[in-house]
Amino acid sequence: MAYSKEVIDHYENPRNVGSFGKDEKNVGTGLVGAPSCGDVMKLQIKVNEQGIIEDAKFKTFGCGSAIASSSLTTEMLKGRNIHEALDIKNTQIVETLALPPVKIHCSVLAEDAIKAAIQDYKEKNPS
Amino acid sequence: MTRPIYLDYQATTPSDPRVVEAMIPYLTGNFGNPHSRSHAYGWDAEEAVEKSRESIAHLINAHPKEIVFTSGATESNNLALKGVVDFYGQQRNHIITSVTEHKCVLDACRHLEQKGYLVTYLPVEKNGLIDLDVLKDAMTEKTLLVSIMAVNNEIGVIQPLAEIGKMCRARGILFHTDAAQAVGKIPLDVEAMNIDLMSISAHKLYGPKGIGALYVRRKPRVRIMAQINGGGQERGMRSGTLSPALCVGFAEACRIAEAEMLIESKRLLDLRNTFYARIMKTIPDVFLNGDLENRIPGNLNLSFAYVEGEGMMMGIKNLAVSSGSACTSASLEPSYVLRALGVSEALAHTSLRIGFGRFTTAEEMHIAASSIIEAVEKLRAMSPLWEMAQEGIDVNTVRWAGH
Repeated sequence: MAYSKEVIDHYENPRNVGSFGKDEKNVGTGLVGAPSCGDVMKLQIKVNEQGIIEDAKFKTFGCGSAIASSSLTTEMLKGRNIHEALDIKNTQIVETLALPPVKIHCSVLAEDAIKAAIQDYKEKNPS
Repeated sequence: MTRPIYLDYQATTPSDPRVVEAMIPYLTGNFGNPHSRSHAYGWDAEEAVEKSRESIAHLINAHPKEIVFTSGATESNNLALKGVVDFYGQQRNHIITSVTEHKCVLDACRHLEQKGYLVTYLPVEKNGLIDLDVLKDAMTEKTLLVSIMAVNNEIGVIQPLAEIGKMCRARGILFHTDAAQAVGKIPLDVEAMNIDLMSISAHKLYGPKGIGALYVRRKPRVRIMAQINGGGQERGMRSGTLSPALCVGFAEACRIAEAEMLIESKRLLDLRNTFYARIMKTIPDVFLNGDLENRIPGNLNLSFAYVEGEGMMMGIKNLAVSSGSACTSASLEPSYVLRALGVSEALAHTSLRIGFGRFTTAEEMHIAASSIIEAVEKLRAMSPLWEMAQEGIDVNTVRWAGH
C-alpha cells in the first residue's frame, strides 16, 4: 500500500514528539488504544490560564498513519482553546492525510486522544 | 529510486539466471505440446518434461514417476488432502494437521470438515515444533492422513519429519508434508522419512512461478482422486497441458539447489548469525520467534518490543521484509502462527520476518542491520510503551481501552 505524501512527511518529520510531566496541573494527558490492537497514542496538552492550548506533544506506538495522525493532531491543537479543541473531528484528519479506509481507525484514535487529554485536564482543573 | 534490498525470500525468490537460460528454448523454438504424440514438436517437449521429472525426483530421493506437476504448492496441498480423502474417506475419516500450517492446508481442512470429516489441529510448542507425544495421542484407528509442514513459512522452523513419518508408517497412516519452504533448503528424503505425499513449489527455490509438484508414493502405492479432470495427464492425477518451459526451469532450480545446498546453507547461516548477533548486541528487548536450532538457515523472525511492525517497515523503506503485524494484512489480526507459539498479540504486532537468500550479500546484510537498528531507536524514542517500560511500568498490567 502506498502512503500519501502527507503521511510520509509527518512520519519522517514528526512534529512535537515528546512528553510533559503528566502530574503537572496545567497538563492534560490522553492515553488511548491498546498494544494488542497494534496502536497506542499518548497525547498531552499544556493549557494556559486563558484556557488556550499553548503546546502539545505526542508519543505513538503504531503504523505510519497512526504516527502521522497524532503528529498532525498536535499541530491542530496548538493555539486553540480547550472547547474549540473538541471540535476537531477525525474526518478532518482523514482528509488532510488522505488516509485510506483501512486507516480511518488511526484518525478515530487521535480524536479519542484529544477527548481523553481534555477530560484529564478538566478533572485536574475543575472550573 | 533504487529498489529496496530484498529480504523476503520466504515469500518468493527470483529465478536464478541459469534457470531462465534453461527455460528460454522452450518458450521459443521448442514450443510443442508435450502431450502431442504425432510429431517431433511433441516428442521433444515430452522428453524435456520427463527429464525434468528426474531432476526434481532426485532432489528428494523419489522416482520420476512419483512426481505430479501442479501449478504450485497451494494446488499440491489441495490435491493431496482432498485427493486422499476422496479416495480413502469411506474407510477412515480423520485427518491430523497443525495450527501453524499454511492457510491453504488449513482452509482445505476446513472444507473437509464441512463435508463431515474430522480434523485435529495440533498445537505447537513455544519453539514452533509439534510435540510428538501429542501427535501420538491424536492418532486413532480412524486416522487416514497426517499433514504436517516441513518448514514453516513465517518462522522457518523444521518439523521432525523422520519421526512423524515413522509413527505414521507404523500405524498405516498416510503422511503428507507441505515442503514448499523446505525443498532445496534442507536435505529431504522421502524414503528415509517415510513421506507418502509431498508438496513442492518452484518459486521458493529460485525456479519460476506457476509450477509446483506433488510427490505421490508408488511403493506402497498411494492413491488420490484427481481434483482437475480432463485429458488424463500426469497419470490421471492432474489433467491439463504441462508447460515444458516451467517444468525445465523447475528442474534446473532443483538441480542447482542439490549441487549447491551444502555450501549455500553454510554461507546463509553465517550471514544470518552475524546479523542476529549484531541486532541482539545493539538493541535490548528483541525476541526471536521459533526455534533457533531447528530452523532453515535463511530465516529470522524477530519481535522488536514497543515498536509496531508496520510503522517499523515504513522506517526501513530500503528493505523489503514482511511483518507479522495486523496492519499489513487485510485481516487486521496479527499473525496466527506467532499467536500459536504463545507470543502475545502486543508482541506479535512488533515482529518482522527477515529472509536471506542466494543473492543476499554480506554488505546488504550489514546495511539491513544498520537500518533496523536506526529505525528501532528512532521509533522507540516516540513510543509511549517504551517510555512506560523505561519508567518501570509493566505494559502488560495496564488496563488498556481497546478499540
